[in-house]
Amino acid sequence: MAEYESHDFDVVIIGAGGAGLRAAIEASATGARTALVCKSLLGKAHTVMAEGGVAAALGNVWPEDNWKVHFRDTMRGGKMLNNWRMAQLHALESPERVLELEEWGAVFDRTPDGRILQRDFGGHRYARLAHVGDRTGLELLRTCQQRAVGLGIEVFMECKIVRLLQDDSGAVNGALGFWRESGKLVAFGAKAVVLASGGVGKTWKFTSNSWESTGDGHALALWAGADMIDMECVQFHPTGMVWPPSARGLLVTEGVRGDGGVLRNSEGRRFMFDYISDFFAKETADTIEEGDQWYENKKDFRRPPELLPRDEVARSINSEIKAGRGSPHGGVFLDIASRRSPEYIRRRLPSMYHQFKELADVDITKEPMEIGPTLHYIMGGVRVEADTAATTVPGLYAAGEVAGGMHGANRLGGNSLSDLLVFGRRAGQSAAEHALGRSGTVIDNAQVDAVSAQSLAPFERDSGENPYTVHQDLQDTMQSLVGIIRNESELLEAKEKLGELDERASKVGVEGHRQFNPGWHLALDLESMLAVAHCTTLGAIERRESRGGHTREDYPEPDPELGKVNMVTRMRDGAVVVVREPLPEMPDELKTLFEEAH
Amino acid sequence: MATPTRESTASTARPEATAPTPPATVTLRLWRGDEAGGEFRDYTVENLGGEVVLDVVHRIQAEQAPDLAVRWNCKAGKCGSCSAEVNGRPRLMCMTRMSTLDVSEPVTVSPLRGNPIVRDLVTDVSYNYAVARRIPPFQPGPREPDGTYRMKQVDADRVQEFRKCIECFLCQNVCHVIRDHEDNKPNFAGPRYFARLAELEMHPLDVLDRRELISSDLGIGLCNITKCCTEVCPEGIHITDNAIIPLKERVVDARYDPIAWLGRKIRRRPDPTPAKVAASFAPAAKTGEVISTDAPTRAED
Ligand code: SF4
Ligand code: SF4
Ligand code: FES
Repeated sequence: MAEYESHDFDVVIIGAGGAGLRAAIEASATGARTALVCKSLLGKAHTVMAEGGVAAALGNVWPEDNWKVHFRDTMRGGKMLNNWRMAQLHALESPERVLELEEWGAVFDRTPDGRILQRDFGGHRYARLAHVGDRTGLELLRTCQQRAVGLGIEVFMECKIVRLLQDDSGAVNGALGFWRESGKLVAFGAKAVVLASGGVGKTWKFTSNSWESTGDGHALALWAGADMIDMECVQFHPTGMVWPPSARGLLVTEGVRGDGGVLRNSEGRRFMFDYISDFFAKETADTIEEGDQWYENKKDFRRPPELLPRDEVARSINSEIKAGRGSPHGGVFLDIASRRSPEYIRRRLPSMYHQFKELADVDITKEPMEIGPTLHYIMGGVRVEADTAATTVPGLYAAGEVAGGMHGANRLGGNSLSDLLVFGRRAGQSAAEHALGRSGTVIDNAQVDAVSAQSLAPFERDSGENPYTVHQDLQDTMQSLVGIIRNESELLEAKEKLGELDERASKVGVEGHRQFNPGWHLALDLESMLAVAHCTTLGAIERRESRGGHTREDYPEPDPELGKVNMVTRMRDGAVVVVREPLPEMPDELKTLFEEAH
Repeated sequence: MATPTRESTASTARPEATAPTPPATVTLRLWRGDEAGGEFRDYTVENLGGEVVLDVVHRIQAEQAPDLAVRWNCKAGKCGSCSAEVNGRPRLMCMTRMSTLDVSEPVTVSPLRGNPIVRDLVTDVSYNYAVARRIPPFQPGPREPDGTYRMKQVDADRVQEFRKCIECFLCQNVCHVIRDHEDNKPNFAGPRYFARLAELEMHPLDVLDRRELISSDLGIGLCNITKCCTEVCPEGIHITDNAIIPLKERVVDARYDPIAWLGRKIRRRPDPTPAKVAASFAPAAKTGEVISTDAPTRAED
């Protein structure tokens, strides 16, 4: 039957963004024979798009900062839906992970006394983000890439993994995929697999994510029987480009606001002052004067509301646009030109300057930018054990965006890059330890044959529907029915439409041959995106409240009872089901951190 | 300047507002084929305005040629995946606006000429990854007594210029040393990697000396400073002036003045791990064993 190329490793890591690279470095250092498999070329992963910085309580700018403050900010930003232990480990370990990057050659911006400079970001009490201008993600990715190459880790580029392989007990023992270049089948035997495949953005229409973000890891885990949590919690980043149409969704870094940029509506009003919720009222400036003084004196003044957590800002922008006070292309204005000198803007925000100049012919040192919410990140994901990054399926680990829990219902800016490092390392280490305690793996040819036949089926259907059309309809459905503001009837409609889309996706046809064929690649990615869409929609129906990145107009308030549960989605008898399960309970000594804060 | 008044918003839309009526359609002349050969084919689509070349390629893919092979990731000039030649000029397709091109005639988009073709606009860039594996990685000296590394922003700036590189390999593609003399490849790192080497050599914390390698195996002497690489760099890195020329000078220093170099490095007490570094230069194998599902199942350890 099927012919395939075969490889055998202790640990196979799927995805070569920040989390995958960091996992590979650690697995290899732990002594495991490690392979890194990625869908694109090495060094192109979506991590390059992270601009603002990596959050770590180094205390270089504010000695008052420490892990407890970072932990508290993260939990509050996540509307307390976070896995407390993940948030704690993250806050504790991120400083060490940042210093380690420096040891591997990263060059962060400096303080006057030569240490790593830190910048302000929404939801962080102190200036906490280590950064390199506005290209921190590239710096992190390149540093880990160069480290991995230096360690001689084997990298398999442009390979799409379509299924995990499992032994009789259900434990993961490999992964099956296709080379994008030749279209040939490849099997990796592995004693442990780490999912580090990133996000799901391409399931929606307006997104800051690249083509790779099709939820592959989420789907692989789901199909292997793993639990997912809180998939309804997706983040719409408040500032995406809205014009020109081709750039729609592209990210505008939060650093613009951290460095003094403000939001205005068509009347020129700084409308964020009209949207300060009670939850954040104590720590937010209520006058323009106070907000403006904060940039210089953070001790005596409170931060301006433009720097509230992302969900708050995105919702406010959405309301302004709906109320007819938007910009000509359906966004609002982000203005730094009137507030900072051109030299300052160009030095602090070089890629933003470049991006607007090249793509929109807008000089951000002279004119305001037009921005609006764009799908940016999924907080929900594969359920993992905090300390080990182990999923609920033996031999399978997950780290980075594909894992759920760390960010609760909403992620703070800067906490993603640190998440990649902290949990990438932990996943790599536990996968390696697991692998070293396990004997050889056996690839089951029956599984290989079945998956291969299913994946190649679109070639048999020359008259089948074009996968691009099905993808567009999926994106439209999710954008309009499972978007930034949701309600029961639209969600139920989405659920129904997804059923139809499943049907259509199972009948798509592709032209041409297997060699580097994007139509076929999309047909394969469609399966993953549909799996994600089901989980998100079911979770969103079941979470009858508004919390963080999940907003229900029919249940506009948070429900304290629902704040204590995860929405768990999993595959049972070929269908995705959703159940509520209690969050792990935070120990009392950590609870006191939240009382003191009042 | 201005708070967002009506005027400033109008200026946001300026390119569309003042341009003469654009043609209703645009035609891309795309190279279709693989290593065995191919041809240019014309694809005409509606002219939507405000698009970059990559957008038009994507629409052609979605509407007319679903199997058209093209690499891209970020669509924001940050990942360096979408390199191609647009009307013969090496560019990032995602950062080339249609409005900057003459669309009254077909716009030609072809794969990078310096690399072997895989399919359509996708080329084989493995040479670059192989060079990357030959460069001895960063090796820092000891930390300060307080556990930190200190560097001044001005020193960081110098290194950061090179670390902006998005690895689009456009510079590698235009360098005549590689482009016109395939047989130079084993002995020549190319401009992207001279920038990388310059970054390491100028890194205030690095203690390794790579100068012998740079002059012998990595062939900096073959570069005759034509500056073609600098001209195409989308990140505006001054590859020739800031990386290659200083490296050439350092290599000469190494030949004639070893004492000066020792003086520079000796204060920093390199930590002794070169064995590990050397072991890592073996290129990664890509092809594994090919087996058939008909064959008996193999148990492996
Ligand atoms: S300056 Fe040197 S490296 Fe750059 S293109 Fe010319 S010969 Fe090649
Ligand atoms: S140096 Fe410039 S042209 Fe060369 S690969 Fe890097 S970004 Fe591209
Ligand atoms: S797609 Fe990333 S640089 Fe063009």
